[in-house]
Amino acid sequence: MADAAALLRVVGVRKAFGGIQAVDGVSFDLPCGEIRALIGPNGAGKSTFFNILTGQLRADGGTAVYRGRELLGLAPHAVWRLGVSRTFQVTATFATLSALENVRVARLSHVGRSRALLTPARGLETERSLALLDQVGLGDQAERAAGVLAYGDLKKLELAIALANDPELLLLDEPTAGMAPAERGALMALTAAIARQRHLTVLFTEHDMDVVFATADRIMVLHQGRLIAEGAPAEVRVHPEVQAVYLGAEA
Amino acid sequence: MSEPLLELREVHACYGRSHVLHGVSLTARRGEVVTLLGRNGAGKSTTLKAVVGLADVTGGTIGFEGRRLSGLATHEIARLGIGFVPEDRRIFSELTVVENLRVGERRGGGRWTLERVFGLFPQLRELARHRGGSLSGGEQQMLTIARTLMADPKLLLLDEPSEGLAPVVVRALGDNIAALKREGLTILLSEQNLKFARRLADRAYIIEKGQIKFEGAFARLDADESVRRAYLSV
Amino acid sequence: MSPSLILIQLLSGLAHAMVLFLIASGLSLIFGVTRIVNFAHGSFYMLAAYLTYTLTAALPLGGGSFYVAVLLAAAAVGAVGFAVETALLRRVYRAPELYQLLLTFALVLVVADAVRFFWGTENKTGPAAPGLAGSVPIAGQLFPTYDLALIALGPVVAAALWGLFYRTKWGILIRAATQDREMVAALGVDQAKLFTSVFVLGSFLAGLGGALQVPRQALTNVMDTSIIVEAFVVVVIGGMGSVPGALLAAVVIGVVDAFGVLLLPKASLVMMFVVMAVVLIVRPWGLLGRPEAQARTAGGALAGGSAVGVPRAWVVAVLAALVAVPPLLPTFYVWVLVEILAFALFAASLHLLMGTGGMVSFGHAAAFGLGAYGSALLMHWAKAPMPLAFAGAPLVAALCAALYGYFCVRLTSIYFAMLTLAFAQIAYAIVHQWYDVTGGDNGLLGIWPAPWLAAPLRYYYLALTASAVGITLLALIGRAPFGLTLRAVRDHARRAEAVGVNIRVHQWTAFVVAGFFGGLAGATFVFLKGSVFPDYLAVRMSVEPLVMVLLGGVQVFAGAPVGAAIYKLLDTVATRYTEYWQVVLGAILMVLVLVFPRGILGVLSERRRG
Repeated sequence: MADAAALLRVVGVRKAFGGIQAVDGVSFDLPCGEIRALIGPNGAGKSTFFNILTGQLRADGGTAVYRGRELLGLAPHAVWRLGVSRTFQVTATFATLSALENVRVARLSHVGRSRALLTPARGLETERSLALLDQVGLGDQAERAAGVLAYGDLKKLELAIALANDPELLLLDEPTAGMAPAERGALMALTAAIARQRHLTVLFTEHDMDVVFATADRIMVLHQGRLIAEGAPAEVRVHPEVQAVYLGAEA
Repeated sequence: MSEPLLELREVHACYGRSHVLHGVSLTARRGEVVTLLGRNGAGKSTTLKAVVGLADVTGGTIGFEGRRLSGLATHEIARLGIGFVPEDRRIFSELTVVENLRVGERRGGGRWTLERVFGLFPQLRELARHRGGSLSGGEQQMLTIARTLMADPKLLLLDEPSEGLAPVVVRALGDNIAALKREGLTILLSEQNLKFARRLADRAYIIEKGQIKFEGAFARLDADESVRRAYLSV
Repeated sequence: MSPSLILIQLLSGLAHAMVLFLIASGLSLIFGVTRIVNFAHGSFYMLAAYLTYTLTAALPLGGGSFYVAVLLAAAAVGAVGFAVETALLRRVYRAPELYQLLLTFALVLVVADAVRFFWGTENKTGPAAPGLAGSVPIAGQLFPTYDLALIALGPVVAAALWGLFYRTKWGILIRAATQDREMVAALGVDQAKLFTSVFVLGSFLAGLGGALQVPRQALTNVMDTSIIVEAFVVVVIGGMGSVPGALLAAVVIGVVDAFGVLLLPKASLVMMFVVMAVVLIVRPWGLLGRPEAQARTAGGALAGGSAVGVPRAWVVAVLAALVAVPPLLPTFYVWVLVEILAFALFAASLHLLMGTGGMVSFGHAAAFGLGAYGSALLMHWAKAPMPLAFAGAPLVAALCAALYGYFCVRLTSIYFAMLTLAFAQIAYAIVHQWYDVTGGDNGLLGIWPAPWLAAPLRYYYLALTASAVGITLLALIGRAPFGLTLRAVRDHARRAEAVGVNIRVHQWTAFVVAGFFGGLAGATFVFLKGSVFPDYLAVRMSVEPLVMVLLGGVQVFAGAPVGAAIYKLLDTVATRYTEYWQVVLGAILMVLVLVFPRGILGVLSERRRG
């Protein structure tokens, strides 16, 4: 692999819950500009791994170096400040805030004005926030509360929030889970288009194989906390161990 | 062909906001084992939860013995004779094995007694006084099935019972479920493990993105590699 | 300290612990299964004590009267529990927990007035327990026989409860439901019946505790609040929902109390709260408690819609009236208005925490009282001129808030609430017991405004300025990036930290700001009354603004001042016409919770939006 171009280098990341090794020595390089999928059955450790990268869980060991900075051990807000952004498996938005305010909160944080006490927030970061909503196709929903948005729109809103710090690395945890079938491909195509246009590096988990094979440059397969395969989509599709994990062992 | 015991018609439902059904129809006839296959997040668990009133049903109808279940509370549905065995097992870890079993016990007693349950799961008899939380994964799976049996169900909903278990444990579990089938229990089995499901089930449904994509005998599924590839493999 | 004294103190600590255990185990049991934090638990305790007092006198059973009365009183209170659960609580199980709390608080008010109505306000000395009235010599000292009997009874009750939980089907269901209610339902168990039975048992235990307390303690009208606070402390230390935890914590608190009185008489009231604070900081879920599977923030569930503003014209009209009308009013009403203004600001400052921040404080009295004492101490000891003392209050309150808020914001939901309560009680105990400086319960007198501000109207306009400026600033803060981000943290803390918000620091800042304005409200109040008392820091002072905010509607910022005005007017009017205004208030609260659970402005703004 082209070491010099690696935006993120993960080495030997481990995490155990009780006696169970949820993430068991995961190592890989993620080059700049690549869109990579991380797939695997439920309980394989995908979300745990994401939470470790973004500071929401503490790893038992290993390193994750992003642009020469160690990510592991940083608080979530510090990870975000470095330009690493994420979405959540169960959609996480601010339910009582309007779509516009949802993005505004993230923008205000990015420009370091979250703690301004007396200026009305209404006039701040509006243009940039609206532009982000437009980009994900939510421009017409800006004034509606996130709590009443359709599920697909929430997923888009979360994407807009995640883009608010002009990230270089985007971590998407099941970006299309729970969406109607027709919407999924569209959202992922949109995500990929934005990523290419902004030269973002993307790591995403996903259960919808149509989405995975249509979007990812490369695929990694996680099973019981270990990476069992990594490669181009065509290679992974025919990988015998991957087949076994997904179909249930025939032997 | 016997009458349908459970019948879902065009069911729309959601569990949380991310697990959604878009019009699921399926039936399970008396004495039959039906399996619901699909990948993670396809809607298997939500389908089972919708039946017992743990997911919000927003459209369609669910019938059991010809009676509509809508508007019934979870405990009322359970008392009609539907036993739900959740994917994450949810045994009462602070209670002993016997106490776990007694939670489901019917007043006046049903067809299932402690003795009979221990007959089916001999390991549980030895663990009777142990705390639920101290059991291994396989033992917990047996306990959660046994506990549900104590409530004397006519229909058993099993959510991915083989998940996370070692192959030898899966085989033993398969024997247990086969025994229940011989007892005449109707079972709706959600699974990702094709081999496990094939051994037990008469018919299969495949669910994908909250919709049923295939319905038929296992032989047909085995013959149709394109279906398997499209919905079950990577 | 001699060994015999240690033994005696230990024994009297244990006797108290047994009564505490009865009450706290009931409270913990109810919370564990139904998730209801029952404020009225102490009222049930008080009710049983008074019933025992009356029944003992009325029953024609000679020496046996007392013992029969104890059982009858406890059973009667169990029956009250049945009525309360089936008629009231059953309707709010799905409501946000704060509304449940408000409903049980309404019960506190109703029971308190019922007790005053039937038994009067004078303290009553209960009968001695026949056959156990004397003392026995232990290690050369005399120890009450009755306390010894209580110590013996404690293990019997604990064993009976143990048998109930571990040897009956009902106990199995209760323990199962404490762990996973949904799964219990999926196994065919009717939760409604289970909840009712648990509530009845819990109430019975509270009743038993109250009845058994009669020979040990004079009966007073305030024994409900003193015991509920202590019981909460025990439950929180033991771990909410854990009955063994309640036993352990009751013994700890009983013994700490007994030795505290002996060793640190000046700090005895503080001890229990210090223990609780330490436990919560080290073990946030109590000694034997378990972390909530999903810590839901009380406020998050409360804030249904997005914040709704009140039309600016209304605000201007109200302000204009507040400027123009008072010169036309009799002095009495001017003073009433000043009090309303102080509480409007106090409630608005709490709204920043519980409405905007979703952090429900049970101890906001600390801000109010520390502000008040700050002013009073500055004047009394530092001889500061009044304007300086007035301005110093919010700074004192903010400084203290920074100190204890640092610990509080590490916890969430009910544990946050309990830790704020603990710190408020610590502050209360300090001013109550630090006689030389604070005057103890005599308070400090002569805290009057400077002569040029002393005329009623002048002081009124000062209060109006302080309150209007404070409320305006709070409104601005709510709409500023700070407030918007605080709402975001309330709605989804993990999402907020994942967009770069340092949530602890953010919540801490909110805590300090709320303390600042709460302190300003306290200063406004202290110069109105001309004196300061420990009551300014009492539990009631924390509960009142909570009720005001909910009364007005927690979703709407203006709800806080509006709720304060309505509450204070009701208080004033009702007090004029009836001695029993708490019953009226309690009834109104019940109607509000059951019929308009979103508060007055919440309902109005919904209508307006259609």
